[in-house]
Amino acid sequence: MALYSETVMDHFRNPRNVGVIEDADGVGEVGNAKCGDIMKIYLKIKDDVIEDVKFETFGCGSAIASSSMATEMIKGKPLSEALALTNKAVAQALDGLPAHKLHCSVLAEEAIKKAIQDYYEKTGADYDKSIFPACDSCDHGCCHSH
Amino acid sequence: MRHIYADNAATTKMSQAAIRGMLPYLDGIYGNPSSLHSTGQAAKEALESARAVMARGLGCDPREITFTSGGSEADNQAIRTAAWLGAKKGKKHIVSTAFEHHAVLHTLEALEKEGFAVTLLDVHGDGLITAEEVAAAIRPDTCLVTVMYANNEVGTVEPIAEIGAVCREKGVLFHTDAVQAAGHLAIDVEKEHIDLLSLSAHKFHGPKGVGVLYARKGIPLQNLIYGGAQERGKRAGTENLPAIMGMAAAFEEALAGMDERAAHVTALRDKLIDGLGQIPHSLLNGHRTQRLPGNVSFCFEGIEGESLLLLLDDKGVEASSGSACTSGSLDPSHVLLALGRPHEIAHGSLRLSLSHENTQEEVDHIIRSVTEVVEYLRGISPVWRDLQSGKQNFVIQ
Repeated sequence: MALYSETVMDHFRNPRNVGVIEDADGVGEVGNAKCGDIMKIYLKIKDDVIEDVKFETFGCGSAIASSSMATEMIKGKPLSEALALTNKAVAQALDGLPAHKLHCSVLAEEAIKKAIQDYYEKTGADYDKSIFPACDSCDHGCCHSH
Repeated sequence: MRHIYADNAATTKMSQAAIRGMLPYLDGIYGNPSSLHSTGQAAKEALESARAVMARGLGCDPREITFTSGGSEADNQAIRTAAWLGAKKGKKHIVSTAFEHHAVLHTLEALEKEGFAVTLLDVHGDGLITAEEVAAAIRPDTCLVTVMYANNEVGTVEPIAEIGAVCREKGVLFHTDAVQAAGHLAIDVEKEHIDLLSLSAHKFHGPKGVGVLYARKGIPLQNLIYGGAQERGKRAGTENLPAIMGMAAAFEEALAGMDERAAHVTALRDKLIDGLGQIPHSLLNGHRTQRLPGNVSFCFEGIEGESLLLLLDDKGVEASSGSACTSGSLDPSHVLLALGRPHEIAHGSLRLSLSHENTQEEVDHIIRSVTEVVEYLRGISPVWRDLQSGKQNFVIQ
């Protein structure tokens, strides 16, 4: 189908890192079933490095592909690098997304940030809260910033 | 890989009869029906023969048939005409339903901005309205009732003859968008008291870009397009004769084989409904039997429709969905919302619309494919996990 790039279709058809980490160190869920997409990211973290990452996604082809690509991009990376991951980088790695699907890449970025924040909260780490999106923006409404 | 086309409510494959019907008018008889010379007059004769075919199929007079570019144009012109006639008498209220096609709903929205009041009837959980509900909604200032013959997404067939009788009795014009019904269900505008009717050729194996507006004698159509004297001056522009001839051929063929096709397609539909109904937490949209022969519409809890469509396409099954991602907006289908489906359920919808060319074996393949894909997508869905663990309650039992 011409709607998506070959890379998007590949990650949609053969998503990497699908699943659950039962004893995850950080979990982040964003989106809203009402809006048609929910992304949940599980992180296993050791020495500030993402040792393993899994995801579950309810959503369209680009939501599943964005989750797959984003998890590939942070796997084995230090948290600082994962936090620097932007939705633009995810969309670019997918060889682009249609304009009305860009919010899927935003969800991926937000889900990763939320999972890392969850890890910081659980471990009682002292962290800069200002770098995380206010949760109002990720949990409510269907209008994700593009 | 084989392709099983199950999206006939979107459009149909042109029939050989329709193609054969068009060819002479692309090649030999290329004249303009408005020309006085022989080539033009041959075209004019063909045009009128097509008009007669369409009229016979609807049970009306050929002079009551206006050729248009399709269903949307016919809907626009029908509603604009009734509104104009109503406004002249100070009647500016229109009754319709919440799940009409956008060609109707958006025209009504435009009229609201021009000072009309619109009552949209609730279509209930089963996608059906009653003539009594129409009667109760009609006011002294009602100028038009417009109710679709059959719904394009959930396939329900409305009690058109009864609604027509109510409108005739109350002296209110009655329009029906019969785009999904024409060529599939027997229509008789006289018996059903229909004043205005829209149809589109490509829904019954005719060409795209051509349709009909039927307007009962004595209803002066209002122009959407001004120009030449074509269609008695009510629809300017040189007639798309090849398409009109293809439409007439397709309509004739559809009417001749209607009973046989309907029996075949209805059997496939029921098999498909039974098969998909076996999937846990699935729900049929629209009344079980009072629906188009070929329409199957389901919601599957815990998944999203676009990914379902893409994976079905990989398995050779071509269908459609009412999810937001497929509608190109943030909201799922207004039809499913009108039936009372919550947003999260409407996102997981699938429409399969069959034709007489589909087979039992194809239906078996569709059932297997949908079952597999739904199971797979649920397996990667956090919503499904929450439903299964009891963290959230199922909407569809």
